[in-house]
Amino acid sequence: MFEAALSRLGRMGSFLWAGWSGLAGLALLAALWQAGHEAYGAFILPSPLETLAAGAAILSDGRAWGVAMLTCIRAVEGFAVSALAGAVSGLAAGYFPATMRLARPLVTVLLGVPPIAWIVLAMIWFGSTDGTVVVTVVVAAAPLVFVGVAEGVMTRDRGLDDMARAFGAGPVQRLITLGLRHVAAHLFPALAVALGMAFKVAVMAELLANVGGIGGELARSRANLDVAAALAWVTIAVAALILVEYGVVHPVRSEFERWRTAARPWGVRR
Amino acid sequence: MGRQEMSVLSLSGIGHAYFGRTVLDRIDLDVQPGEMVALVGPSGCGKSTLIHLAAGIVEPLRGTVAMACRRHAMVFQESRLLPWATARDNIAYPLRLAGIRAGERRARAEAAARRVAFDAVDLDKYPAELSGGMRQRVAIARALVVDPDFMFFDEPFTALDAALKRRMQDLVIEAARSAHFAALFVTHDLMEAVRIAHRIVVLDSAGKGIAGQRMLPGEPGTREDSDVFAAVQAFLKRDPLFRHIHDVDERRVA
Ligand SMILES: Nc1ncnc2c1ncn2[C@@H]1O[C@H](COP(=O)(O)OP(=O)(O)OP(=O)(O)O)[C@@H](O)[C@H]1O
Ligand SMILES: [Mg+2]
Repeated sequence: MFEAALSRLGRMGSFLWAGWSGLAGLALLAALWQAGHEAYGAFILPSPLETLAAGAAILSDGRAWGVAMLTCIRAVEGFAVSALAGAVSGLAAGYFPATMRLARPLVTVLLGVPPIAWIVLAMIWFGSTDGTVVVTVVVAAAPLVFVGVAEGVMTRDRGLDDMARAFGAGPVQRLITLGLRHVAAHLFPALAVALGMAFKVAVMAELLANVGGIGGELARSRANLDVAAALAWVTIAVAALILVEYGVVHPVRSEFERWRTAARPWGVRR
Repeated sequence: MGRQEMSVLSLSGIGHAYFGRTVLDRIDLDVQPGEMVALVGPSGCGKSTLIHLAAGIVEPLRGTVAMACRRHAMVFQESRLLPWATARDNIAYPLRLAGIRAGERRARAEAAARRVAFDAVDLDKYPAELSGGMRQRVAIARALVVDPDFMFFDEPFTALDAALKRRMQDLVIEAARSAHFAALFVTHDLMEAVRIAHRIVVLDSAGKGIAGQRMLPGEPGTREDSDVFAAVQAFLKRDPLFRHIHDVDERRVA
């Protein structure tokens, strides 16, 4: 019990360490940004500090939190639907090859059409509503989850299935103890990518469909030629994404991937 | 026959084909309680297929498999451990399938690990952190943990070096004696067969029935090395039943 708590603490430590090195990367980006600012001037590219100040000003206004929340809710809603739909259909496709043969060309089409085209279609179908944003997010993110899950199912080790059968496991037990556990390893990376996609597409859809949210604010900043505000809103969107990703997706994933860390040779561990 | 009624495993008229190609035909085999039967035959003659059929992993196309045991378990050539579970959880996996409580699972897994001399400090390691021999110990412990009265072995020690192989064989002999389970043990290695079995069954080189069988004198585990060696030499040099066994060696050298 104590040891389990200790090892969890250890993993938390390495997680924080990873966050620290991530911060160093961000600092590098900020330095380049500052250089760009000094080369091109404040009108084209406001300095990082100015942007942060603009962001702070925006966030000190109570309304801005509602705006950011609106985008987050839309993105997370679309993400949740994508995760569910993608995972279920991915499982079906992985376990039933006939489904896969049907689904593969569909997925290719879905992934091949740029999100911008879906936004236009969704705007025609749903008008300027939440629905437009959520549908665009789902169409863009669900195929990513689907591919990850289907791949996971198809790369499962059939030897383990035979082993479980030799110990008397029925199909449902095999699905729960082997199939889903193996798929989880493929699911989490796919979910992380899908979540990033969900935020990006949500902002883009808001901007084009003019339905408020961070995208709406971006549209307004552009109209006012207020580059600092535009950059501040982008920063806020990225911050929201990082918060959700490192607060939810990564901890869950590292819980599932302990054995992979164990499998890594010493010295390669991060 | 009276013998047949008390067999713990009884295969009758077993036949199997993959995609229309027959690999096994007219196989009849009975195993008595507590009996260790070694199944040998050239590579590709269908030994694995037969043991998979007997263990219920694959449904036979023809014939019937009758098992009169409470619980059976299996050890595979590759250890087939769950990569995401610790050694302890791997050993306890069949108990989890049986719906046994976590506390009892833990205790029984630890007891099974002790029986195969698996060090308790390694129980929290993942398979990737274990050596090949340790993994195979875990696989044997996973089979022993259900307290089986019948065991299937499909070339479990082929990948191990000679010294480790001997230790593992002794472990199986000892476990079979103390737990009194019967077993079907597939192997390429005639020496291994003579060491651990009561009886050697030779599969026909094309899988068309059982070519023949030989009873081995004495009890496994009590045979002198020199006797084992002499028996193997006698089989290979003088017994026509084993004429095709060396087809196996060619594959192994390659
Ligand atoms: N899943 C499968 N699909 C198609 N053919 C198979 C399958 N499994 C085995 N076979 C074929 O059946 C035959 C018997 O295979 P099997 O694995 O039972 O042989 P074996 O006696 O165990 O060989 P080895 O000693 O090399 O392990 C082989 O010719 C093999 O190609
Ligand atoms: Mg085989």
